[in-house]
Amino acid sequence: MIFYALIFAFAAIGIGLLCNLWRLVQGPTIADRILALDTMVINSIALIILYGVLQGRTVLFEAAILFAMVGFISTVAYCKFVLRGDIIE
Amino acid sequence: MTLIAEIVISLLIVAGGFFAFVGSFGLIKLPEIMQRLHAPTKATTLGVGSVLVASMLYFLVIEGIPSIHELVITLFLFLTAPITANFVAKAYIHRRESPKSLPLTNRDAGWATFDPPPDQRTAGEERGTS
Repeated sequence: MIFYALIFAFAAIGIGLLCNLWRLVQGPTIADRILALDTMVINSIALIILYGVLQGRTVLFEAAILFAMVGFISTVAYCKFVLRGDIIE
Repeated sequence: MTLIAEIVISLLIVAGGFFAFVGSFGLIKLPEIMQRLHAPTKATTLGVGSVLVASMLYFLVIEGIPSIHELVITLFLFLTAPITANFVAKAYIHRRESPKSLPLTNRDAGWATFDPPPDQRTAGEERGTS
């Protein structure tokens, strides 16, 4: 039963990633693209966690933690660059 | 007992996938950027949160390994999602609006991207003149 739920969630998050990619390519403003990248990072974290549940191993969760941190910092750095023209003042 | 745990874990995983999809679909469906900001920051955070709770339950009940990685990821995501949304909104306001097109704030200071905060205003002016 968990296996079928996992397949459903993989499919749903995969379609969600495609939606994010469409917004990333098409997005009219730069804020759209930053938001789409941030959402892609969150969806990728969910994919990594689900793959860890499928494999039954917790090793991959370290990668998920790193992904969360790098995604947050890159989003904030990109917004800061748009706001101030500089990342570290 | 194991069957109940499996049902709960499956429901949480399905809910997580559904909400992650709703958040991503709202990103392409809603017409304005300020409305699009709602979909990923709320729905997707809820989706990834329920996936993380499902994973924590799975490793605790089925595999018998207590795992706290998910707790750390959940805490980090729930702390950083509002900050990200605030930064994206500020970047949009800074690029597309001007101080004249925005409504008044009815405070001492104006909008955060155009005016310095009140306690730093004098310091900023001094730095600007020197």
